[in-house]
Amino acid sequence: MNLDLLSRQLIDRFQHGMPLCAEPYKEMARILGCREAQVMACLEEMDQAGTLSRIGPVFEHSRAGASTLAALAVPAERLQQVAEHVSQYPEVNHNYAREHFYNLWFVLTGPDRQHIERVLEQLEKDTGLMPLDLPMLTAYRIDLGFALGGSS
Amino acid sequence: MKPGLSPRQALALRRHLEAGLPRVSRPYQALAERIDADENQVLAQMRLWHEQGLFRRVGLVLNHRALGFTANAMLVLDVPDALIDEVGQRLGRAHGINLCYQRPRRLPQWRYNLFCMVHGRQRAQVEAQIQALLEEHLLSDLPHQLLFSTHAFKQCGARFAPSPTGAPTHG
Repeated sequence: MNLDLLSRQLIDRFQHGMPLCAEPYKEMARILGCREAQVMACLEEMDQAGTLSRIGPVFEHSRAGASTLAALAVPAERLQQVAEHVSQYPEVNHNYAREHFYNLWFVLTGPDRQHIERVLEQLEKDTGLMPLDLPMLTAYRIDLGFALGGSS
Repeated sequence: MKPGLSPRQALALRRHLEAGLPRVSRPYQALAERIDADENQVLAQMRLWHEQGLFRRVGLVLNHRALGFTANAMLVLDVPDALIDEVGQRLGRAHGINLCYQRPRRLPQWRYNLFCMVHGRQRAQVEAQIQALLEEHLLSDLPHQLLFSTHAFKQCGARFAPSPTGAPTHG
């Protein structure tokens, strides 16, 4: 089976869930009708290409600890430097520049809410900028899967 | 079966899982070795956590940018409080919306209380899709903004498990 086709099948079939057993890659291969070595090679290739972030659990924020979406309004000439500073925190897992007055947006996670608040306070001290703190109140949709669809 | 991992082993396992499963034939065996446990204990713990809802899902976690989904927009709306659940549920079900959350307003700096993520391959297509969506749901008149991302400085899995010292991990 060619790797492109196999990677699409792996994504479609296993991004929402994969077998939870001692030999998950072998089981995935069995389901797709190929060999474990092909699955491994394909995952390796996806990892090298950067399309695969990792394999395994995505933690439920509300059960795993605390999280918030934070934003800073950074003067344009400081954006790169402030963004790099924010990214250094292990508590930050997504950090994007966006087109807006609030131009730096990042997700903070930690074991509890106090931990998040300490990081926000520290960030404010470090940067002199007041972060917006926007914790989730209600989730109407949480799925993070992608439909690859056709070649469009 | 009860997993029988000590709290310390369970925490160490969570920290390893946040970095991802090893790509070896028996990944849980490999993780078990790192925390001085056996494979069955780790698998039992995984199943228990799964049942308890600690995981949203267990699977391949993809980088949407590397897959070509480079037009990534956050749609924010200012929805009257009385309508937020109805509008949130409708948009949450809509095709093309990957995430839909209610978050607090922070007046006067921030008035928007509903956040939707839309990923697409081209900016114009995402703009058109969102416009059509708002029209379809008769929401075009609500104050809203579309925040396209221009650069990803960092994108990785969340770290929830505290560091061994329990202190913030940034100096």
